[in-house]
This record gives sequence, C-alpha cells and structure tokens, in this order.
Amino acid sequence: MEISPRRFADTVIVAPEGRVDSASSEAFHAALTPHSNRCAADGDRLVLDLSRLSYISSAGLRVLLLVSKQAKAQGGTFVACSPTPVIAEVFRITQFQKLIEILPTLEQALARVSPSALAAFESA
Amino acid sequence: MRKRVVELIGKAVEAKLSSRDEVEAFVDRECPAPLTYGGCSSCVQVDIGSDEYVLCDMGSGVRAFGVDVLQRHGTAKPNTFHVFMSHLHWDHIMGFPFFLPAYIPANVVRIYGCHDGMEEAFRRQHGAPSFPVDFSQLPARIEFVRLAPDTTHEIAGLRVRAMRQRHGGDSYGWRIEHGGRILVYSTDSEHRVEDAPAMAAFVDFFRDADVVVFDAMYSLADAISVKADWGHSSNVVGVELCQQARAKHLVMFHHEPACDDDQLRAILAETRRFEEITRDGVPLEVSSAYDGMEIVLG
Repeated sequence: MEISPRRFADTVIVAPEGRVDSASSEAFHAALTPHSNRCAADGDRLVLDLSRLSYISSAGLRVLLLVSKQAKAQGGTFVACSPTPVIAEVFRITQFQKLIEILPTLEQALARVSPSALAAFESA
Repeated sequence: MRKRVVELIGKAVEAKLSSRDEVEAFVDRECPAPLTYGGCSSCVQVDIGSDEYVLCDMGSGVRAFGVDVLQRHGTAKPNTFHVFMSHLHWDHIMGFPFFLPAYIPANVVRIYGCHDGMEEAFRRQHGAPSFPVDFSQLPARIEFVRLAPDTTHEIAGLRVRAMRQRHGGDSYGWRIEHGGRILVYSTDSEHRVEDAPAMAAFVDFFRDADVVVFDAMYSLADAISVKADWGHSSNVVGVELCQQARAKHLVMFHHEPACDDDQLRAILAETRRFEEITRDGVPLEVSSAYDGMEIVLG
C-alpha cells in the first residue's frame, strides 16, 4: 500500500491514500512497520497525515493502535493529523481520539513533535 | 430518568399545548425512544404466532415475560417454552428462579444450548443459601437439550443454528429462521477485527438477516485496547458486520451498565451517523434495545 513517506529532519510523514479496510489493513500495517520500527526515543518521530484517507475500518484503526503502542514502548512520538471531516467523525465515534493524538493540521503536528522538522518543512 | 421528565415537561410548557391531540403529537415528536432503556439482563422473545413460546436467554427480563404469560393465560392452560441459551453466565440465567411459569404444573420449559453443565448451572442458583426454592421442587417439567453448533435444527417450527463465539467459557449465537424471516441473536461475543476468517464467518452467519441482535457493549477503542479479551464487542463492529452481511436491522444489545440513558441515546445517534457515513448502498437500520422493545418483521 502506498503511504508516500517524506522525511523532514528527524521526522517522517506518512500519508496513506484511499481506503484502509479489512482487505488492505495487513498491507497498511506492512507499509507502516519500517517507520514504526524506527519511531523511538533516539530515532524518528512519526506523523500520520490523514488528509488523503477516504475511509478507515475497525481493522485499519487497530493497525494505528498497534503502531501507537509500538512507538510508546520504544519511547517514540507518533501523532496523526489533518483528518477530513468524515475521518474526524470516525475517530470521534470510535473514541480513537482517546488512544491517538490527532492534530488539526500537518504544521501543528510537526510543531508538536519536532521544531526542526517544522523548520525543514517550511523551508522546503 | 427524572432529568429527562423535567426536560420534557419544560418543553411542553414552552410549547403551550392546549389539546389532547397536541399532547399526543408532542409525545410522538419528543419521545421517539423510550424514556429509559431499563436495566434487565438478556431475554428476547421470538413470537411466530404459535401456541408455544420461544426465548433467547433467561436473564432478569424473563421475570416480566413470565408475569405477562400468566396474565394472558392464567394458571389453567399448560404452556411450553423453548429457550435457546447463549451461555451460562449469571446475567443470562438469573431470571429463571423468578420465572413464574416454572412454578405451575403441566408447563414444560425446554432449555437448549451447546454447553456442558447447563442443568448444573440452573440447579446451582436455586440451591441454599442463594434461593429458598430448590430446583427439584419446581412443579413444571424442565428439560435440558444439548445441541450441536453449526448444524441446523428444526425446533418449535423454527430452523435454528448455533455458532460458537469468543467469550469467557464460550458463548453461542443463534440464527433463527421462520417463514423467510431471519433473526440473529448474537450477544456476549468479542470480535477480533484482525482475524479475517473469523470475521468472514460472522458475516456469513449474519447474511441477509432481517434483525441482528448484537453485543455492542463497548466503544471500538475500548473493545480493542483496555477491554480486549473481556468478551464483548462494539457498535462500530456491529455496523461493519451487518453492512457486509447485507443485514437489514442492527439492534445494539447488552449495553454497558455504566452508561445512563443519555449516554445510550448519544451512542445510538453516533452509531446511526457511523452507518450513514460508511454506507455502501442499502441503508442499515440501527436501534438500541430497551426493556419491552418490540420489532415486527412484516
């Protein structure tokens, strides 16, 4: 699954596109794993840009929970950002906003996880 | 409940209702759901217009059902009750000692399930010091029938099939068919969303059901994190399974006891919205079960 990773300083932004459902959740997890493996106290910060996601099922949300847990266990920082109105509703209804920090915009997410990444993003 | 009554009376005062018709219209408009969801534990009647009664589980709701039967027939008419058990946890059998038809000779209570130890579970809760009437003293004829899951059985004019579910000590869902109508009773069932074959099996079990009574105890976030392995599911997984199965009506069931009426109403509104934004074609009706709820399959 294409998640279009981009690096800015110590932060990697991933941006899945389209639908993440029961049929694609394994591929989604596989695509995220190299990045979640490096999301650690002395490693990368990880930002999930939700702006191109049209749908995410319970199976896809579970993958985000696993990534979040892994990052936390490794002392890393993982946040999501830029949900469309529908995806924001899905997070609210499922109560996933309790489990994963979601910032309204990519800039706010970068400011939250790494000022140097924000500076690199703004100068790019 | 008091808060809800105060709120409704306040609205009625503001509306300056001046006739019986206006009051009726106001109640229809402002009270589409019950004033309270109630608090009985699991008991669902399946009425196919037969002389014999059919139930799923004997939680505390079976007490009111038994009283209703007696009010209809008195004690003279012998009745037969067929009961399909999801499992033997206490909240699913606790109503039986208070089920008045069991105290009437000539009645027959036939309890079907897939677990070992059904009779022992029912007998034990009648024993001292839990209850003053021992099981052996019950005048009705009470029978226990062990059924194999994944097999269609013809019982009381119904085609029934049980499916094993993920729950402490296992539970069983029941697919009940009659006259081209399909009811699925699937409570106390945890779904592992990452287990695609298991999810697909439930989609098949729910396939084209007119009504799916579904364990929607937790939010999805709780069900797959802090309450994983607690044996219950969520409203969101209920919607997803029913949508994939092309079921027509999801009835959320086995509410979280910590939720008050306002919270349950909010969950219902959110679940209907979730169904709307994830809909792929035909709408799925979504309801939230309450004590005394009746659904007629036309």
